Amino acid sequence: MHTFDLKMDDISKIEGSAGLEIKVRDNEVEEVRLEITEYKRFFTQAMRGKPIVSIPQFLSRVCGTCSNAHLLASIESIENALGIVPSVQTMILRHLTTYGLIIRDHILHLGIFVLPDVLGIDSIFELDENDPEKRKLLEDTLALKAAGNHLSILVAGRSVHAPYPAIGGFLQIPKNEDVKRMIEELEKVRPIALKFIQIFMKCPFKLEKETNYVALVGDSFNFLEGKIATSKGKIIPETDFGKYLDHVVIPYSQASGYKFEGERYVVGALARLNLAKDKLNSQTKKDATGALSLFPSKNIFHNNLAQAIEVLHSIDQSLEILKTSKFSIEKPMPSVPKESVGFGVVEAPRGTLYHKVEIDADGKIKSGQIVVPTGQNQISIEKDIGQLVQENIKMEKEELEKEIEKLIRAYDPCMSCATHFLKVKWK
Amino acid sequence: MANETPPKKLRVGWFTFTCCEDSTMIFTELLGDHYFEWKDLIDFVHFKTVKGKNELANLDVAFVEGAISSEKQAQLLKKIRQVSKRLVAIGACAVTGLPSAQRNLFNPKIQTEIQPILEKFAFRPKVAKLDDLVKVDAKVGGCPMDEKAFLELFDNLLREFGVKN
Repeated sequence: MHTFDLKMDDISKIEGSAGLEIKVRDNEVEEVRLEITEYKRFFTQAMRGKPIVSIPQFLSRVCGTCSNAHLLASIESIENALGIVPSVQTMILRHLTTYGLIIRDHILHLGIFVLPDVLGIDSIFELDENDPEKRKLLEDTLALKAAGNHLSILVAGRSVHAPYPAIGGFLQIPKNEDVKRMIEELEKVRPIALKFIQIFMKCPFKLEKETNYVALVGDSFNFLEGKIATSKGKIIPETDFGKYLDHVVIPYSQASGYKFEGERYVVGALARLNLAKDKLNSQTKKDATGALSLFPSKNIFHNNLAQAIEVLHSIDQSLEILKTSKFSIEKPMPSVPKESVGFGVVEAPRGTLYHKVEIDADGKIKSGQIVVPTGQNQISIEKDIGQLVQENIKMEKEELEKEIEKLIRAYDPCMSCATHFLKVKWK
Repeated sequence: MANETPPKKLRVGWFTFTCCEDSTMIFTELLGDHYFEWKDLIDFVHFKTVKGKNELANLDVAFVEGAISSEKQAQLLKKIRQVSKRLVAIGACAVTGLPSAQRNLFNPKIQTEIQPILEKFAFRPKVAKLDDLVKVDAKVGGCPMDEKAFLELFDNLLREFGVKN
């Protein structure tokens, strides 16, 4: 009979800090505790009383990794409150901002955090650069990640805390001569995205379960517009999303957990592919047919494959837009303060991100609420770890720890994101 | 040939405390741009964002991002200081404390609201910037850090430690 305690202090190759405690008694997993150990920064308290114009850049500081997702969700929430309808060009530029973010962020995860697991090494620094194939893989990873970074710089000014997106529009518009260079760069890295799809299609990692998948689904596959859809068949307007979420206090974690209609659920690339693969760019569908046949998938490790497909889709969408659009100077729309409430829901790289904001008549924040993907996935991550340990109860501890780390990484959690808002209702 | 010593590499640690890790993101982008140049010059001894096996000993330079929220973090920062010849504060939170230190400025009402959390997870009463607690040899400000200032400093450190002429 196996009886043991497993404690992992500081999980590496993820965003931020988390630890884990597992209790096994007589071959049964009794307890799994994922402890998010980032310290709260109290953004939702600090935003109160601040003028709306400062809020998107301020809330971008919730997370350096997916800052541009927070930026766009915050802008959307304020525009929604004030009744501002962004122009067609603004929406195109916002979509491009999300594509740059998806490429850069997914490749950071797949290439830097997960690839070592696939290759059985500790870090990308261990990739043997004298082996031509390995060196090429490294160069490819860096080139693809850089392309996402360059797209973000072109459209939004920077891939981290982008300076151009603002309430009502963009503060700067991409120059058409730079657009040409970007098209060339994206065309050059496109085959690398296909290579990543191949790598993660062949990857044998597997953990399957039945669960509910939730994502923002639009008419086309995108990260900004649509309705909240679930794999159980529910469709709700994004403004109602918060009503379906139950906030769960996890006493040992600094982050809040969430349930959807009282049940655990999963957000992120896997959820998006499971719910909307038929809406992907036609070029992506054509070149990723084999990989797409694996979705809908119950295997959480297919989140990695789903991310690789989203990278290809983001390249294809960007190429289509950049080849057919001419950008012209356009001033952001003015914002007239009024007492109001607004919602901003976007698909961040790791899943659905929800911002709610309450504004007073002078244009100052009365209150705010943020729900991030990692908080929503937290309960599922714990349950999956329990399942993995139960299924591999006889495995050597060291090996088991590696498997658990791989599983946590498959969710691509972001601990910085998960810890800055709070609800002070301790039981 | 037999006794030729390998060229010295700069022993570097990259650490993050309470922050949004934006400078770590900028650093991974710089690392991508300079990978093949830096690989021969730098030994990343501690870099938890990228590596699983990390060592906290004999560092030439520790780059530290983020502000200090708890005594546990303060102890780790002091340990990093002890084992590092140079310690560089990276980004706004490490250099100025803010925005991570924003709770230091809360009014008494909000202070009371957040107090249970502070107690439950053993926060320090005030969030500290790095030089409140340890000697800081250099600072790269910005939110995220200023890339040019960082690269200039990095180059100077490579020369100071005799890794680059």
